[in-house]
Amino acid sequence: MNKTLLIAAAGVVALVLVTGYFVVSASKEELIVSAENANGEVAAVAALKEAAADLENGEAVYDYWCAACHDPGPGHPGTQSLAIKYDRERPAALEERTDLSPELTAYFVRNGFALMPFFRKTEISDADLRDLSAYLAREE
Amino acid sequence: MILPPDVSQQQFDQAISLFQRAIGSDWVFTAEEDVGLYRDAYSPFWGEPEERMASAAIAPASVEEVQAVMRIANETSVPLYPISTGKNLGYGGSAPALSGSVVLDLKRMNRVLDIDEENASVLVEPGASYFDLYREIRAAGAKLWIDCPDPGWGSPIGNALDRGGGYTRAQFRNHFDSHCGMEVVLPNGELLRTGMGALPEAQTWQQYKPGFGPWVDGLFSQSNFGVVTKMGFWMMPEPEACLIGRFYADRYEDLPALVRILTHLENAGIVNGMPGFGSPLLQRRVPADPQGDDPNDTTAIDQALHDAFYSGDAAARALIAERVKSTGRSCWSALVKFYGPERMVRLQWELAKERFAEIENIRAGEPEIYGFPLSDAELEKVHKPTFGIPSLSVFNYGIRTEGRPEPLQGHQAFSPVIPRNGEAIFEANKVFAEIFKEEGLPVPPFSLPGCVWERTLMMIFIFPTTKDPAVNQKYRRAFHKLIPRAAERGWGEYRTPVAYYDRVMATYSYGDHALRRFHETIKDSLDPNGILSPGRYGIWPQRNRKSEQ
Ligand SMILES: Cc1cc2nc3c(=O)[nH]c(=O)nc-3n(C[C@H](O)[C@H](O)[C@H](O)COP(=O)(O)OP(=O)(O)OC[C@H]3O[C@@H](n4cnc5c(N)ncnc54)[C@H](O)[C@@H]3O)c2cc1C
Repeated sequence: MNKTLLIAAAGVVALVLVTGYFVVSASKEELIVSAENANGEVAAVAALKEAAADLENGEAVYDYWCAACHDPGPGHPGTQSLAIKYDRERPAALEERTDLSPELTAYFVRNGFALMPFFRKTEISDADLRDLSAYLAREE
Repeated sequence: MILPPDVSQQQFDQAISLFQRAIGSDWVFTAEEDVGLYRDAYSPFWGEPEERMASAAIAPASVEEVQAVMRIANETSVPLYPISTGKNLGYGGSAPALSGSVVLDLKRMNRVLDIDEENASVLVEPGASYFDLYREIRAAGAKLWIDCPDPGWGSPIGNALDRGGGYTRAQFRNHFDSHCGMEVVLPNGELLRTGMGALPEAQTWQQYKPGFGPWVDGLFSQSNFGVVTKMGFWMMPEPEACLIGRFYADRYEDLPALVRILTHLENAGIVNGMPGFGSPLLQRRVPADPQGDDPNDTTAIDQALHDAFYSGDAAARALIAERVKSTGRSCWSALVKFYGPERMVRLQWELAKERFAEIENIRAGEPEIYGFPLSDAELEKVHKPTFGIPSLSVFNYGIRTEGRPEPLQGHQAFSPVIPRNGEAIFEANKVFAEIFKEEGLPVPPFSLPGCVWERTLMMIFIFPTTKDPAVNQKYRRAFHKLIPRAAERGWGEYRTPVAYYDRVMATYSYGDHALRRFHETIKDSLDPNGILSPGRYGIWPQRNRKSEQ
């Protein structure tokens, strides 16, 4: 079926997004698979654990870089997207998750996902990333 | 690692060690995993040989360090590509225009240097984002609004230099126009201040834009003639109220009058917020209209209606009239916004109603009136940039939804400037639909242009970018056709992804490309070694010209 979605308000004005040609690429599948592997696999990010993390800074990094998309409530695209992905099996807002390993957070920050780009080290340094990952993995 | 086409490994290594000495090795990124973070996340060339890749990245912390690295670039012939916040997604991200360039990442220079509430102006460094500026203005207790683009993580400087746009009053939403005074490191390392900044004792750098003599500021936008290290911007004093109103017209042939009246109201200063057009019948929402349709609506299109909007002949108009009747939805809507004292915006709304009454059976919707600060409940509903508040909510447009289980991965925009009249809107839709058909792409519903810029209109078509080269190639082919076919009609892009710089510049060809040759003359004289952003906006330094054109 030639179904066209109406999409509005991206870019500077309302737009038409021509879907139907939107292909799930092999590389994206790989990305998801490797992200799942990263959850629990320590090797690539062993360095993260070396120094003790500063949870207070981790929270500040979250507020500065992540909250605008991943906080709870309407107007947070990351949260809305994850709500559909997990269909209430897991909380949609990142701060409410209890299953975010530091490796998984680090993976997404440095690899991005879908419309979320990866972040440069001038934006989120390795030290900030360590604190952020520890903050999101904390046990209350 | 990829080097610039005419730089040897030895030259590059020498440049890296000199950069390390100048700014400290912590801020010179050469490891593949670090440099990879400068890829354009939405690149239409992702994974193909043409994808633009940096060779390294350097992040100076001061103007002096920027000057030092510019001198090193000249000594070693290694090209630099400055970015401010590097969030130019959809237009190139943080990747250079020429592969092998070293990205000059100014993110660390992120101070808001001055907030002058009385003058309603600020002075910022390149790395300061809209979010940063918003926080600092709030912390200072100043009642000033920022005009932001949809994503708030970019920067006033990066966005203005790419000539981006926002959502409030015309003189602010044209971000380059809203600046007042610049500081620029020239390719030879020299420091220039423009406008009143050139007069050492002036206290009017953020008050009087042109200064004395030729007004050169425009040369530093969409170009590669200097690295901007400071920029002043005029801010909008927080208004007492904002009124948002809507007009509805039932007949297909009303569009030209709707455009003409709205344009007059805007030019006369009566409508002072960003206007817009929509079609309730087609469920085409006016941008940023909080009462608009759900952007992620997946209702299937009524094909006959869809075709009728493109055709516009007598039978089509009859069908549209019938659908207007049966659905109760009007054919067109016009959105108007007013900022100012409440008494004034109410009066402006009345004046607009009087003017629009020229159109038979026009209806005015019940207006919304906002006072400030907005309540929490309002904040949850409104389009924040309309009220000077940076946000990332726009990314809703491509997230995973019930109807779209796979979220989008990126986009690129085709955005030609067309004349501000209804006839041009009809014609542009027809011309572009034809090309979509030729290219085997689905024809989108009839598109209404944006009114970001005063006096003109801009169509925006957004195409996905993916990580699949075959899909990306398909859309690139469409772009390659859209650009010249638009130009044949006199329509040219206001801005374009890096992938199409040369093609778009080639359409601005009056006088056998006199404009491009003028750019090249300036380029060669300011940057004889061709070390600054080669290829940006189709401007190549002499050293790259032969190989690239
Ligand atoms: C969903 C979505 C919605 C968007 N909506 C809008 C919108 O409403 N309005 C809009 O305008 N854009 C929009 N964009 C495009 C883009 O995200 C913004 O324009 C963004 O602000 C640009 O990134 P930036 O501010 O980080 O600039 P940067 O990426 O830092 O800069 C852009 C370019 O300008 C040049 N440059 C930057 N700084 C300097 C400097 N100091 N000296 C010399 N040259 C420099 C460089 O060539 C650089 O590549 C949107 C993008 C997306 C993905």
